[in-house]
Amino acid sequence: MVSTSGAIKDMFLGEVRKIDELFRFIKIDGELAEIDATELKHKELNDLMRECIFKGAEKFVLKNVYGHRYIGTRLNISNPKRVQIDIYGTAGNDLGAFLNGHKIVVHGNAQDGVGNTMDDGEIIIEGRAGDVVAMSMRGGKIFIRDNVGYRTAIHMKEFENKVPVLVVGGTAQDFFGEYMAGGRVILLGLNLKENEAHKAHYIGTGMHGGIIYIRGKVEDYQLGREVGVLEPEKEDWKLIEENVRRFSDCFGFNSDDILSDKFIKLIPVSRRPYGKIYAY
Amino acid sequence: MFMMSYQLPEFVIERREDKCIKCRVCERQCAFEGHEYDEEFDRMFSYEDKCVGCQRCVVFCPTNALIIKPHPGDYRPNANWTREKLQDLKKQAETGGVILTGSGNDKGYRIYWDHLVLNASQVTNPSIDPLREPMELRTFLGRKPDSLQLEIDGDDVQITTELTPNVAIETPIVFTAMSYGAISYQAFKSLAMAASEFGTLFNTGEGGLPTELRKYGKNAIVQCASGRFGVDPEYLNCSAAVEIKIGQGAKPGIGGHLPGEKVSVWISETRMIPEGTDALSPAPQHDIYSIEDLSMLIYALKEATNYEKPVSVKIAAVHNAPAIASGMVRAGADIIALDGLRGGTGAAPKIIRDNVGIPIEMALASVDRRLREEGIRNKASILVAGGFRNSGDVLKAIALGADAVYIGSPALIAMGCTMCQKCYTGKCNWGICTQDPYLTKRLNPEIASQRLVNLLRGWSHEIKEMLGGMGINAIESVRGNRDHLRGVGLEDWELDVLGVKGAGEV
Repeated sequence: MVSTSGAIKDMFLGEVRKIDELFRFIKIDGELAEIDATELKHKELNDLMRECIFKGAEKFVLKNVYGHRYIGTRLNISNPKRVQIDIYGTAGNDLGAFLNGHKIVVHGNAQDGVGNTMDDGEIIIEGRAGDVVAMSMRGGKIFIRDNVGYRTAIHMKEFENKVPVLVVGGTAQDFFGEYMAGGRVILLGLNLKENEAHKAHYIGTGMHGGIIYIRGKVEDYQLGREVGVLEPEKEDWKLIEENVRRFSDCFGFNSDDILSDKFIKLIPVSRRPYGKIYAY
Repeated sequence: MFMMSYQLPEFVIERREDKCIKCRVCERQCAFEGHEYDEEFDRMFSYEDKCVGCQRCVVFCPTNALIIKPHPGDYRPNANWTREKLQDLKKQAETGGVILTGSGNDKGYRIYWDHLVLNASQVTNPSIDPLREPMELRTFLGRKPDSLQLEIDGDDVQITTELTPNVAIETPIVFTAMSYGAISYQAFKSLAMAASEFGTLFNTGEGGLPTELRKYGKNAIVQCASGRFGVDPEYLNCSAAVEIKIGQGAKPGIGGHLPGEKVSVWISETRMIPEGTDALSPAPQHDIYSIEDLSMLIYALKEATNYEKPVSVKIAAVHNAPAIASGMVRAGADIIALDGLRGGTGAAPKIIRDNVGIPIEMALASVDRRLREEGIRNKASILVAGGFRNSGDVLKAIALGADAVYIGSPALIAMGCTMCQKCYTGKCNWGICTQDPYLTKRLNPEIASQRLVNLLRGWSHEIKEMLGGMGINAIESVRGNRDHLRGVGLEDWELDVLGVKGAGEV
């Protein structure tokens, strides 16, 4: 076989140390595993976390995280236990992607792809998150204290009682809730100045399921053509209240203050937004 | 506002009244309502404007009273303004819509398989008889190491190189991606059962894998596409391999809209979308805008499956496929899936199906060459799709560099499909491409899966015969072996791209 030996390195896995060489980065104390990520690559960190679960860890404290990807993703196999992961530093891309019920708290910011196709669990971010948050999220909850980037909650889903929830404390960038097929998204705008509108344009473009609730100003031109604006009803307030209280508990806000403000409710105007463009 | 349709009927329904016993089978069999019994007149009437030419009524007529054939009535013959072009245009004038279609490109683009011929042994290298000698069709899909380190201790030989996950299949033929939603539960299950029985793979497409079918997971390539339908951790982990769908040969560059008619409560459950909505698969994956992003998803899937599954990336065959494929391999893809110009679909805009993309033969040859030139061909298997009609096409593709071939239309035809191209209507009379329970129960997975197994067995036998004729006893030896191909009736540039000599050149 022709090969320019060594010229092509696996982009990420080029030099990953074996698990045996990594144990020195862990401190295990009963069910608590503390890992210093300073010298670890993301696969090494995820290898270690998986190994710790086999050794009985139920709670993780990850120190010095700086962009490590896929934290929590690998913990979805042969492990019915739900663990808690506390991250100090900046969580890398795809935090909690495909997450299977664990709880993740980031004491800092997170990069792109938080909760990508997440199935269940809870992610709490004491800071901001990047683009494509909660893409195709299927279940569980995500609470983000500050802003999120572009393309948040794209194609979120739901079926019967399995309804994902995303709460964002700040504002969001464009294509918020695009193609949404389910789920509940609450955008609070807590950091907006008086009379300042939310940042996002094309909110709910192509939306065909789920509900978006927004507190704070949104101009008509910021909305996609596929959404209709309504006042929240009793059932809506129940859901908003429950999740805003949880949000406030996480980040130390006064939930009554937040709930005393006006919210709007966005729902899809058509179940088939693109049904009419075809000739049969 | 009523508007008279100016469409010509496409088919003639000829009922031989002397044979018709008015049993009304044809009426019950046709979901398009092409036949109707009139009690007052005590006779059957047919509506030709509704007929799609699927031949269901003909096959089920107990007295062979029906003949369905293309309508001879035509406009003034015109090589430029063909009947099809006029009809499409009139349909658009009536609706203002994008014309939908199903199945693969039916236009007269050159089919290179019909211009390539295989070699055989004569005198100097004896041919092999597969009936009495073992023939190896087993194929491994996935990344292969750059080199192998062995530890030899007497008779004991151990491979010490760390190997990456590979999937073994017993024949280089895999059922291509057809989702539960696009096709019926019965058709989907038939593919799963047949793949499992024969030792090959089926591809879930992007509609998920219903829980009770996960026992077929070890024969499934599970897809993760832009709609992310049905992608849960168990789905990923019960599989043989995971495939990221970027594009499809029938509709390169656009997403998919599974029509709301087909989104039943069961489809709604597996896809987690509201019942009756169009299932929207966006054109791009919204977390992939670059090779870097692709890499991120490849590794997210590897993380989610503990690095135990090969990850495939499927693209439509387009002009710069070789450069893209190179990027895909460098991004960590273990399998490159290419879907060509003639690839099928359950629903696609006709203008795209018929005009976008390149033939799979050209894409395959150029991708294989590019990866070889860059010394990374071993890092990924190549799976090709899009217009394979028989085992000859399959073997030619392997000689042109493919590891294995994806088949879609042949599998559907084996189950009853007659290529009527009305998959997008949800009214498939054969119970394949529909979610209507009245129609889907027509397909019995026990019987349909046996037809599929027969197809795989027949093609595999034929491949063994052709290999034996070449004097080769393992499919590995013909892979990328262009010396076994010659072109007939091709121009120099075509031979160049394909990397084969013309017939008679030695």
